[in-house]
Amino acid sequence: MGLRVLAVDDEADFIETLVKRFTYRRIPVTAAANGPEALARLDREDFDVVILDMRMPGMDGLTVLQEIKKRHPLVEVIILTGHASVEAGMQGMSLGAYDYVLKPVDFGELLEKANKAYERKKLNESRDHS
Amino acid sequence: MIQDEFGRLRLKLIAITLAFSFVPLLSLGLGLYAKFYDTYTDKIYGNLRNLVDNKKVTIDMFLSERVAQLSNLALTESYQDLAGDAYLERIFGVLQLHSKSFLDLQVIDQNGLCVSYVGPYQLKGIDYSHEDWFRTVMAKGIHVSDVFMGFRKYPHFNIAISRREGEKTWVLRAAIDSDIFDTLVRTVQLGKSGDAFLLNAQHVLQTKPRFGHDMFDTVPFPDIPRFSGTRVDEITVNGQRSLYAMTWLNLKDWLLVIKDDPAEEFLPLYRARWLLILLLSGGALLIVGGAIFIANGTVRQLIQSDREKATLDASLTQSSKMAALGKLAAGVAHEVNNPLAIIMEKAGWMRDLLTEEDIKASPNFQEFEDAVTKIEFHVRRAKDVTHRLLGFARRMEPTQENLDVNLLLEQTRSFLENEANFRGITFVRNYQSDLPHIESDASQLQQVFLNILDNAIDAIDKNGTITITTHTVPESGEVDIAIADTGKGIPKETLEKIFDPFFTTKKVGEGTGLGLTISYSIIGKLGGRIKVQSDEGQGTTFHISLPIAV
Repeated sequence: MGLRVLAVDDEADFIETLVKRFTYRRIPVTAAANGPEALARLDREDFDVVILDMRMPGMDGLTVLQEIKKRHPLVEVIILTGHASVEAGMQGMSLGAYDYVLKPVDFGELLEKANKAYERKKLNESRDHS
Repeated sequence: MIQDEFGRLRLKLIAITLAFSFVPLLSLGLGLYAKFYDTYTDKIYGNLRNLVDNKKVTIDMFLSERVAQLSNLALTESYQDLAGDAYLERIFGVLQLHSKSFLDLQVIDQNGLCVSYVGPYQLKGIDYSHEDWFRTVMAKGIHVSDVFMGFRKYPHFNIAISRREGEKTWVLRAAIDSDIFDTLVRTVQLGKSGDAFLLNAQHVLQTKPRFGHDMFDTVPFPDIPRFSGTRVDEITVNGQRSLYAMTWLNLKDWLLVIKDDPAEEFLPLYRARWLLILLLSGGALLIVGGAIFIANGTVRQLIQSDREKATLDASLTQSSKMAALGKLAAGVAHEVNNPLAIIMEKAGWMRDLLTEEDIKASPNFQEFEDAVTKIEFHVRRAKDVTHRLLGFARRMEPTQENLDVNLLLEQTRSFLENEANFRGITFVRNYQSDLPHIESDASQLQQVFLNILDNAIDAIDKNGTITITTHTVPESGEVDIAIADTGKGIPKETLEKIFDPFFTTKKVGEGTGLGLTISYSIIGKLGGRIKVQSDEGQGTTFHISLPIAV
C-alpha cells in the first residue's frame, strides 16, 4: 500500500489542483477545506501524510497540527506557509511537523517531501511493531 | 526659524528680568536720593536763612540804637543848648563814649544852615537847604543816608533827626563810620567763596565785599522787589550761579545779601549723587549680567531639551514608519502569495497534462509548453519579490545576527554603484580580509552605511574617490569602519551640528536633516560610536566603531 495524502487548505482552487496533480501521479489524495473536516477525515480513514496550510479561517494550522499529533502521532504533517519566515516553519516543526514548504509551492519539492515523510512514517511504524 | 524663536525668547527673558529688577532699583535709588536732596537743600537753605536773619537783627539793632541815641538827644536837649559848639562837643563826647562809630555831630537850623558842628572837619556854616536828605528829614522827621564818601573822603553815612521846638524845626545830624557794617557783615562764617554785603535800592554796594567788587560798585543784581522775611534763591550774577540769601533791613532800604557757592555747599550732595550713580550702574551691570546669564542658561537648556525631543521624535517616527511599512509589506506579500500558489499549481497541472500522448500530437504543443514554462518562470519571479518583501518586514524587528561587515558594506555599496559610476566616482575598498564577524542588526547597519555613502556621493558631486576601510581594533575589541570621501568637506562651525536633528545643508525638500541623526542613534543602540573628521576642501571621513561581541 502506497502513500495516502490528505491535503488541507481553504483555497478551493489550490486544493482542487493539488488533488488533480496527486491523482495524476496515482497517489490517493483527499481534500479537506478546513481543520475540523481534516480531523474528521483522519478519524474515519487512514492517511500517511497531511499537507496542512497554516493560515485558515476558523481553526488555524498550528492548532490542527497539534490536534493531529495528539490523535494520530504517526501521521506525518508537511506545513504549507505563506509566511516566508523560517520561524513559522520552525514553530510548526517543533510541534511535530515533518517539514515545511513555502507558498507558492514547487510541486516537485512537495512531492519529494511527501515521499520522504511517508518513508519516515513507515520506518516509525516498523519500529513500533517490532 | 526655531533659532529665531529662541532668540526672541531669550530677549524676552532678559527684558522681563531687567524690567522687574530695574524698576525697584531705580525707584529706590532715585527716591532715596530725592529725599536726601530735599532734606539737605532744606538744611542748607535753612542755615543761610538763619545766618542772614541773625545779621539782619544785628545790623537793624545797630541802626536803631544809633537812631534812638540821636532821637533821645534831639528830644531831651534843646536847640538853644545844642547850637553852642561847646555843649555839642560835650554831648558828642558822651555819644562817643557809648559808640566809637559816631564820626561827627552837627545841628542845622530850619533854613538848612549848619549852626554848630563837632568833628574832624570844618562844616559849620554850610547850607544844606537844597539837599534831598534835608527836605526828607524836614518832612518825615528822620533820614538815614546811603553810604558815601562825601566831604569826609571816608565811607560813612548820615543819620538825621528833625525836631519841632515851638515855631522852629531843627535837625540833628550825625555821620557814622560805615566800617562797622563791613565788620558786622564780614564776620559771617562762610566757606572759601562765600561772601556777604549790603546793597542799596539801586544795587550799589554799601560794604566792601570779599571778592570781585569795590565799594560803591553797582552790582548787576536782578531787581528784587521789597519783601518781608528772608529769601534764598539761586541767582546767576556775572555768569556765575550762586546761592543768595537775602533780606531787606527794617530801618533802611538796604538789602543784606549772603552769597554762597552752591558747589561748595552741595559738595556732600554731589558726592552722594556720584555714589548713587556708581552704585546704580554697578547694580545695573550686575543685573544685566545676571539677566543675560540666566536667559542664556534657560534658553540653552530649552534648546538642548528641544533637540533631545526632536531626536527622540525622529527615531520614534522612523521606527514606527518602518514598522508600518513592514506590516504593509507582509500583508501584501501574503495576499499575493495565495493567488500565486494557485497559478503555480494550475500551471503545474497543465504541464502534467502536456505529457499526455494526444496533446503531444497537437500542432500547438510547443506553444503550450512554452506558455506554461513562461508562466512558471514568472510566478517564480513574483515569488522572489513577495519573499523579499516578507524578508524585509521580518528585518524591521531589531535582531542580533552574526554578520560579515565587509559583505554588508559590499552589498550596500553595490546599491549605489550605478549612481557613483554616473558621477565619475570610484570606490576604493580596503577591507581587512579576516575581519571577525560581529553580532549586530544587518538591516539597521545597512541603513547607516547607505546614509553615509549617500552623503559621501553628494559631498563629492562629480569625480572623486570614496575609500571604505575596515579593520579590527584588538585593544577595544571593536571593528572600525572608515568611509572617506574626497568631497568639499564640512566647515568647522557646522561640524558639531551635523548629528543634530533637522540640520541639513541640502536644499529644501532634498534632505530631511534626519539621516545622520538616525544613524547616530542606531549606532548608539548597537553599542558603537560614530565620529566625523573633516577638513574643508579636503574631504570628510566617518568612523564607525562597532563591538565585535555584545
